[in-house]
Amino acid sequence: MARRVLIAEDEPSIVTSLEFLMRRAGFEIRTASDGEEALQLVSTFRPHLVILDIMLPRRSGLEVCRLIRADASLAGTRVLMLTAKGGTRDHERGIEAGADDYLTKPFSTQELVARAQALVADPVLRLAPGAGPAQSP
Amino acid sequence: MLQGWFIVTASFAYIGLLFAVAWFADRRAAMGRSVISNAWVYSLSLAVYATAWTFYGSVGRAATDGVGFLPIYLGPTLTMLLGWFVLRKMVRIARLNRTTSLADFVASRYGKSALIGGLVTVIAVIGILPYISLQLKAVSTSFQILLGYPEIAMPPRAGSMEVMQDTAFYVALFMALFAIAFGTRQLDAAERHEGMVAAIAFESLVKLLAFLAVGVYVAFFMYDGMGDIFARAAGRPDLEVLMTPLGGAAGSYASWVWLTVLSMFAIVFLPRQFQVAVIENTDERHLRRAAWLFPLYMLAINVFVLPIAFGGVLHFPPGQVDADTFVLTLPMSQRAEGLALLVFIGGLSAATGMVIVETIALSTMVCNDLVMPLLLRIRAFRLTEHRDLSSLVLDIRRAAIITLLMGGYFYYLLAGEAYALVSIGLVSFAAAAQFAPAVIGGLYWRGATRTGALAGLLAGFSVWTYTLLLPAFAKSGWLGAEFLERGPFGIELLRPTQLFGLAGLDQITHAMIWSMIANVGAYIVGSVIRRQSAAEHAQATLFVDVYQQTGEPGSSWRGATSASALQTLVGRFLGPARAVELFTAYARLRGVKSVDELEGDRELVRFAELQLAGTIGAASARTMVATVAQEEPLGLEEVMTIIDEASQVIAYSHRLEEQQQELEAATRELKAANERLKELDRLKDDFISTVTHELRTPLTSIRAFSEILHDNPELDPAERQRFLALVIRESERLTRLINQVLDLAKIESGLAEWRTAELDMREIVLEAMNATSAIFKSRGVTLEARLAASVPPVMADRDRLMQVLLNLLSNASKFCTPGTGRVEVRLAGDAATVRVDVQDNGVGIAREDLALIFEKFRQVGDTLTEKPAGTGLGLAICRRIVGHFGGRLWVQSEPGQGSVFSFVLPVSAAAAGAGRLSANA
Amino acid sequence: MRKPSLRAYRIVSLFLLGCLLFNYPVLALFNVGASAGGVPVLYVYLFAAWGAVIALAAIVMESGN
Repeated sequence: MARRVLIAEDEPSIVTSLEFLMRRAGFEIRTASDGEEALQLVSTFRPHLVILDIMLPRRSGLEVCRLIRADASLAGTRVLMLTAKGGTRDHERGIEAGADDYLTKPFSTQELVARAQALVADPVLRLAPGAGPAQSP
Repeated sequence: MLQGWFIVTASFAYIGLLFAVAWFADRRAAMGRSVISNAWVYSLSLAVYATAWTFYGSVGRAATDGVGFLPIYLGPTLTMLLGWFVLRKMVRIARLNRTTSLADFVASRYGKSALIGGLVTVIAVIGILPYISLQLKAVSTSFQILLGYPEIAMPPRAGSMEVMQDTAFYVALFMALFAIAFGTRQLDAAERHEGMVAAIAFESLVKLLAFLAVGVYVAFFMYDGMGDIFARAAGRPDLEVLMTPLGGAAGSYASWVWLTVLSMFAIVFLPRQFQVAVIENTDERHLRRAAWLFPLYMLAINVFVLPIAFGGVLHFPPGQVDADTFVLTLPMSQRAEGLALLVFIGGLSAATGMVIVETIALSTMVCNDLVMPLLLRIRAFRLTEHRDLSSLVLDIRRAAIITLLMGGYFYYLLAGEAYALVSIGLVSFAAAAQFAPAVIGGLYWRGATRTGALAGLLAGFSVWTYTLLLPAFAKSGWLGAEFLERGPFGIELLRPTQLFGLAGLDQITHAMIWSMIANVGAYIVGSVIRRQSAAEHAQATLFVDVYQQTGEPGSSWRGATSASALQTLVGRFLGPARAVELFTAYARLRGVKSVDELEGDRELVRFAELQLAGTIGAASARTMVATVAQEEPLGLEEVMTIIDEASQVIAYSHRLEEQQQELEAATRELKAANERLKELDRLKDDFISTVTHELRTPLTSIRAFSEILHDNPELDPAERQRFLALVIRESERLTRLINQVLDLAKIESGLAEWRTAELDMREIVLEAMNATSAIFKSRGVTLEARLAASVPPVMADRDRLMQVLLNLLSNASKFCTPGTGRVEVRLAGDAATVRVDVQDNGVGIAREDLALIFEKFRQVGDTLTEKPAGTGLGLAICRRIVGHFGGRLWVQSEPGQGSVFSFVLPVSAAAAGAGRLSANA
Repeated sequence: MRKPSLRAYRIVSLFLLGCLLFNYPVLALFNVGASAGGVPVLYVYLFAAWGAVIALAAIVMESGN
């Protein structure tokens, strides 16, 4: 079963590259170019993984992440935060907001793919929506 | 009618009248309605200057010298003019320091030095004795002459009869009692004598009226007016000489000048003049009226001097009547009894006025600056332990008055006959003049020291004694005459009247020249050889900078005592009742209920010291207060050294105040600057963080696609091509970004190179439109121009201006809707500025964003297609470029209505100047 | 009185005038045998000059009270 990933990123060329990488890794993909759109897609598309840029228009990545974490039904959704600011302060804020992992731009594509796969391979994933325990073998 | 008993009765009646005046004035003063707080009374009280010397002596002098008596009155006229500066300063100082006498004033100036006070007292006492003897001589002579009426006979020589039968002795005794009654009835902290001043002013009127009466009588009743007297005198060779006496009978011009100078000093430095002019002054403003009223008084009392003198010489056979008695003997010779009596009363007025004020002033000095300091120092007397010393103080003063008059009497016996009245008086003037350097120097020269003052006073006084006092004794036979003629031990060079061979001058001029040289010389040398002590410096500053002071002088007392101890101390000198009164009043002033609640702080100590200073003088007061309070020991010396360099305490404290304010202002500024710095720091962090972000974004794409291309060699060519194009595009973006960041950094740091030249804006606008026409075409946006045919040149860098225009044009194109988009460029110019507008009909900018778009990395408004391709630095750079050339860049916009970006640049100065010239032509 | 007032300048000027009038050589000009109305010219001059200085002093001192 293909894992679903939501790419929330406002820089078109980065979106292009992430789409390519995730498709290669076997994910089913949706993209959002701002925070508002990302939130909608999280509830409708119910992705296993959200690759979330921290600097999004309309709603910041941190806000989106916090809202995801506040929603109990999305407990299984993994969040991989991307930021262009290298400071540890941003890192902390990302973790505080509930991100599961964190990558600084520019990132290594191989590392990104590896982390994304690691996140969705987590056994807790079975609790993820659409992959709930009832349907598991 | 003019029998002895009658004259005596009349005299006592007059004295009784004076007491009544004094009593009335004292009572009014106690009721708070002072009669002497009045410029007229003040001016009249200054006329205590006119003594028996003026009343009798001037005529005597005029009979031999012509106008030679006048410098004595012209000098004070000049001094009174400067009084507004000098006397006012002294009055202010005396009031602030509760100065009680001249000696106190000088001592106070030189570090409250008891030694100086004592020295000044000694000089004053010895110097004034001849002057007192002059009064005694005049009164007793006039009394004896009047007693002989209707005969006119000169009285026997002084010392030719038994003391007990000598009129002068009784005059002295009687005047002493009179002065005691007037001046030492009570002790007051202020040491002012309202009653005395009122009586003196009254006496001044009496003596003026009496003298004018004689003058009018002689000039218009005995003779046919002044012209008649002078015409007759012109017929007498001995008097004709006196019509043009200068350079002859009246002495050289040099002596004229020196007498003027001498009297200029005397009017301030005679103890009695200091008393009435400074101590008894109730209001500095009175000096203004006194500056002309007192000279007018002197003019009035001198107008008839020459007519009376000439009239006397014409009337009496030569050598029979002493010219010093003409004022009295002329009316007597005409049997004008009433006038003669009036003259006697006038002369008595003049003499008693002088004696009362002089002896009160001197007795205060003797008590406060000579006896008390000694008694307080001599432990055997245990004076500091006595409970009430006020009666002792009064007794000392009474004894001093008696001693002074007896001293005057003995001088009269000793030297009184050898000289005319004026000559005796001038000796005293010369002694008083010795105070001038120390006082005047002390008022204006901050560096004058105690050592200098001591040296000057001693030197001047020594020369005075040697050149004036000793010759007076010698002439009276008390010293060998050869001492005068051959000099001491036969050394001619040291002859007292021709010191170092200086001959051809009258005695007073000679003495003045040498004593002033010695005095001023020693004063200056003494002041410059040694540094001032801290206490001296403090006092010097208080005096010199008295006008800068607002309240009472500060003090160096440390609060280490109790109010009751101070009250007891003050009570010992002023009487316990008076002390309770003073301290209770002070407590009320300080807002506490009783004396017990007063804190023994430095203000209180200072208050006590001032009260004491008013009674026993500054130096003694300091000594006394020191017995109950501790003086500030805290490195005063060092502090003063610092202040020394800063030149003056007051200015220093002013400066301190200013500096503190400046410091506060500076602190505020620093705080503000710090806030700005913090803000800037934050902005810088933001900027770096933003730059980092902006750099990382294209880098991320570049790295991602490069890795994708690298890891996936099997990619189909189309996709590969697409990714490569993205890498190239992002690389270009990165390059552009780096360039702009560097550009901005250069502009902001001032390192940018500007190639400024006169430019034609129209040409640049056209070129910019040309360069962007392709972009507009590709975006489907119309570009239009409405340019003025010609505009004045501007001073700017061509490439930079082009950069601004290209930026504005490409921005405009980006925010317009393709197809309907329309951009208009306008150019206009006037004499001062050239203006460019770039108007679009695009999406416009929200009001809240208007201010933001010129900030770095602020990109607002979505383009219709995608994120703006710009870096967010363009407008920030544009604004700085325009600003650099003295112009302004701004935007007007309504959302949905499009925007207008405008900038103005000033017209080049040369062109503007030329424009104005041609406009004027 | 940091900055001297006009009054101060007037007073000093008057003082200097007095010094001039009551001194050699001006005095010497009047130390001559002539008389005015029978009164020696030196005598007249001295009192006139003196009176003038006093009058000016009165004007200077009493003005602007």
